[in-house]
Amino acid sequence: MRSRLWVQVGCIALTLFMGIPIYLIALAALSSRKSLNQFPLPLSPTRLSGETMSTFLRSTGIVGGLLNSLTIGLSTVVLALVIGLPAGYAVSRYAFRGRDPYQIVLLLTRALPIVVLSVPLARIFLDTGLYDTTYGVTLLHTALALPTTILITSAIFLGVSREQEEAAMIFGASPLTAFVRIVVPQALPGIAASAIFTFVLSWNEVLGASILTLNRRTLPAQVFATLADSPLAFRFAGGLALVLPALIFIAVVRRYLLNMWSTTLR
Amino acid sequence: MPGRLRRRGRPPAAVLLITPSLVFMTALFLWPLVVGIAQAFGGPDGPTTAYVRRMVDDPYFWQATRDTALLIVVLIPLQFALALTMALLLRERPKFAGLHFYIWVVPLAISDLAAGLVWLSIFTDRGYLNSVLDHLGIGSYSWLSFENPSTMFLAVVVAELWRSTSLVLVIVVAGLQGVPRDYDEAAAVFGATYRQRLRYVILPQLRPSLQVALILRTILALEAFAVAQALTGRNFPLLVGETYQWYYTLQNPNVATAIALVVLTLSIVAAVGYLRVMRQRPEMKG
Repeated sequence: MRSRLWVQVGCIALTLFMGIPIYLIALAALSSRKSLNQFPLPLSPTRLSGETMSTFLRSTGIVGGLLNSLTIGLSTVVLALVIGLPAGYAVSRYAFRGRDPYQIVLLLTRALPIVVLSVPLARIFLDTGLYDTTYGVTLLHTALALPTTILITSAIFLGVSREQEEAAMIFGASPLTAFVRIVVPQALPGIAASAIFTFVLSWNEVLGASILTLNRRTLPAQVFATLADSPLAFRFAGGLALVLPALIFIAVVRRYLLNMWSTTLR
Repeated sequence: MPGRLRRRGRPPAAVLLITPSLVFMTALFLWPLVVGIAQAFGGPDGPTTAYVRRMVDDPYFWQATRDTALLIVVLIPLQFALALTMALLLRERPKFAGLHFYIWVVPLAISDLAAGLVWLSIFTDRGYLNSVLDHLGIGSYSWLSFENPSTMFLAVVVAELWRSTSLVLVIVVAGLQGVPRDYDEAAAVFGATYRQRLRYVILPQLRPSLQVALILRTILALEAFAVAQALTGRNFPLLVGETYQWYYTLQNPNVATAIALVVLTLSIVAAVGYLRVMRQRPEMKG
């Protein structure tokens, strides 16, 4: 009985540690500049105001950055799926020569830090005209997301029954039709979760986006670039703008989180 | 086209399916890597070590190396302890387990820049921590001042602990689901204490998960930089942050790439090192 109590106390303590910072950044970003200048700062949400957030949103480059982030994030999701789904399918369905080395290479790319790719890519993109475009950043983000997409989707396809697919083909469906009509519907929830992870990766990536662009910055790159010479209120608003999507993403994919990890580990 | 693939047999189909990914990864992993090595070691007239020497002569480089190593050594044991505690608490099926789990994994989708800004609102001079201390009548303290390097480091560790533990937690919870409760319950029936069950039943079965988490987290911790930049500016330099400095502020991509290659080397050494140690361990046990 006593240990049950300790479990509850422990859970509540940890939830406070993890949750209070989110409450505080929301409180800071939703306070007026006047109440942010007070000391000590009020700890309860009695005087909320949209002033800080709206000033942030009206600052140069923020709305543009938001649009760039969305464009790059969605393009990355599409490109990673277009290239990754066939590869994931091949890994799960065919025993081809070189499959094991291929999977090992996929895992090894995780050891490749973004920074090693970004600086040389800036050189390459300058030469090919992709520097400071959303396409360039999309390419980098797709490269970062691709190995995980392939590994996750191959694990998802393993869970879809081979027999139904073959039955469809016996009744005259082409392999592509069988894939689209039989496999994709069953794999859809997992594919959606993998797509959300790709989007989150792109949304959160700061360094590569900062190095590969000058004017077409993503939202985090824009916040990061102006970090040193922006007022605290701006930084808090930026913090909330970057945290908010996380709350939604995790709420959506919470159910798939554990499945995805346990399948990719195997 | 799919019909033609079928007649040719299975292996070519598989090759066709993975070819786009191979082309893409060659273009965006291998090519930049080659260009990067050329940037770091190639001057206008042939191979040179000038950029590497400039990197080594910069005192910030050594401070960044030290800080990065210190951060990893302090952060990773703490966060594994925290993640294990969280996972074991969830295993006891507490009330509102779903809510607790949600709050604990939210940082999974939070970038290190955002985490730095979140904790900046707490640790900054006129921030929430000092406000609370003031309410309590203790008075305030400059947590992030470069005159107080230890609290500055503490702030970075806490922010990173808060942000990056969720990844370990998800891996460990997923691993725990694969540990049958029967073993644990059998051990309990035979009188094993909780500590004994943890040491001899649960942890050994979690080993594969912990290994993956350890490799991933070490590599990712080597890449952390925005959290320190948001909290301390350049007062707590990390290696990747220095790359950005050299690239952006000092406009020298060659030295920037040299530092990036150091980060890559450390990542590979860490990954290979862990794998070797882990492969040897089971043999020693017999």
